[in-house]
Amino acid sequence: MPKSSAAYYKMLTFWHKLTDYKYFWPVFMIAGLAFCMAASTFEFLDLYLQLILIYVGINIILTVSLNLINGYMGEFSVGHAGFMAIGAYVASLLTVHVFPPVAQNLLFPLAILAGGVGAALVGFLVAIPSFKTRGDYLAIVTLAFCMIVKSVLENIDAVGGPRGLLGMEKLTTLPWVFFWTALSVWVIRNLVYSNFGRGVLSIREDEIASDLMSVNTRQVKIIAFVVSSFFAGIAGGLFAHALQFINPRMFDILKSTDILIMVYLGGIASIGGSIIGAIIYTILLEILRPLGVWRMVLMPLMLVLLMIYRPRGIMGMKEIRMFLPLRDLVTEKLWRRKKKETTDASA
Amino acid sequence: MPLLEIQKLTHRFAGLCAVSDFNFAIEPHELVGIIGPNGAGKTTVFNLITGVYRASEGSIRLGRQELVGLSPHAITKRGIARTFQNIRLFKELSVLDNVRIAHYGQIAYTPAEALLHIGRFRAEEKRITDQALDLLSIFKLDEMASEKAKNLPYGLQRRLEIARALATEPRLLLLDEPAAGMNPNEIIQLMEFIAWIRKTFSVTIILIEHQMRLVMGICERLMVLDFGATIAQGLCSEIQNNPKVLEAYLGVEVAQ
Repeated sequence: MPKSSAAYYKMLTFWHKLTDYKYFWPVFMIAGLAFCMAASTFEFLDLYLQLILIYVGINIILTVSLNLINGYMGEFSVGHAGFMAIGAYVASLLTVHVFPPVAQNLLFPLAILAGGVGAALVGFLVAIPSFKTRGDYLAIVTLAFCMIVKSVLENIDAVGGPRGLLGMEKLTTLPWVFFWTALSVWVIRNLVYSNFGRGVLSIREDEIASDLMSVNTRQVKIIAFVVSSFFAGIAGGLFAHALQFINPRMFDILKSTDILIMVYLGGIASIGGSIIGAIIYTILLEILRPLGVWRMVLMPLMLVLLMIYRPRGIMGMKEIRMFLPLRDLVTEKLWRRKKKETTDASA
Repeated sequence: MPLLEIQKLTHRFAGLCAVSDFNFAIEPHELVGIIGPNGAGKTTVFNLITGVYRASEGSIRLGRQELVGLSPHAITKRGIARTFQNIRLFKELSVLDNVRIAHYGQIAYTPAEALLHIGRFRAEEKRITDQALDLLSIFKLDEMASEKAKNLPYGLQRRLEIARALATEPRLLLLDEPAAGMNPNEIIQLMEFIAWIRKTFSVTIILIEHQMRLVMGICERLMVLDFGATIAQGLCSEIQNNPKVLEAYLGVEVAQ
């Protein structure tokens, strides 16, 4: 055993050295984007595999953004599918009815962005009840929100009512999904490791104490809800243009449950965990597809087993080193060096 | 001019009068103790000053600023910080983050700058990390900066809570039973520690405490509360022999 653990340790240190490298992220981004572009233009990945990768990306956006509320802030939101629905409908209406057919490809990012902004505005409204209530009660509020969105969409004939909305072109390509996924992960990570992110964490730990330590809890909650719902809206827009068909039933409480499962599978308060959870869940569902109905027996069973053996999910409350801010470590190191110098000088 | 002036402060919980007609003034750099039996309304006074509860009647002024009606974070930003009777650290977060959270009000960058890590973000983060580490090193906690707060021993958790309160850069520090759960030896250390904080950070301190040894040792003046009413106030020596105080603490027969 010691031999293999030594090899493992060696690999790990090598991996850490690699991710700590200054240009790791830029190189990773460019390589990833190049790979996705090549895959979609030369089609060396077949369309089915590409579609799975697109769903993996969309699910990563959904999971990371929900983790901001459920993991980092410690609330329990079950309304994430509602925000996704708003993003999907806003973006689809723009591409189907507003944008001229010739410029679809050019204006697609604008449509996605508009979907995100629409969802963010509604997210702002949902943040308001969170000033007063917490935990189970806020869960009820978000549940009600999800139902309202669904029934409102079912009763507007202009967006197709219960029949849904069609006519979107297949604009969601692998490079675009990669871009939006990377953007959402980057922005949410930035938020978590900032002053406002520490505010979000302190609300989870002790809301009254955090208010008394000068944290403006209302401002922090608004920021968290707006950012989280913005990215849910982005994911919704991408989803609509990957499937080319949406109806209100797709965005019910079951969809929210799917996202919740990915969050808790990957582990709360962990960006790396969310990504792992989204990848594992999406790919497992595809691998198990031949089992038919039994898939829906096997997946929950696996979740139960996971909760027994790893109650906090795969990466609960832990973070993969590559997502941690090196800036903090560097600052601390410099500070210690300076402190040592001053004590040496005085001695 | 007093630093903090409280006039006719009254607070009721659904008919029960927790604090009634409380008048109090404290000059800059004073150290005043509030004592009284359990349930006398001492912590309620702190909750009223810091804005956790909104006073039913009366006024609280810090300098010329009226505090009644402001939210807790706004009051903290104006220079009042506190600790808690039962330690309320952010347990799952690191010692460093506990202190950095208390710098929330002093950060100059906007949410947009935080989301994109642009503009003033880097400089500000470095500034408050350095400040927090400096503060931790004054309190001899810098070696544990990356440790989770819940893993610290009890005494250090108390010390960290005071450090966190001081990170908000207060003019007035409210200490709620800092000696709870300490043995006589530790209490003597705590007395020196509080006197040292007052000098080093030049803060005004209000102290709630049960331990008479501590209160009599460091406070200049005392307020005694019982059932929400102020039953005595004055210098320590006067309070010690006040029959009303003895009655409240020990009962009628012993006092007679």
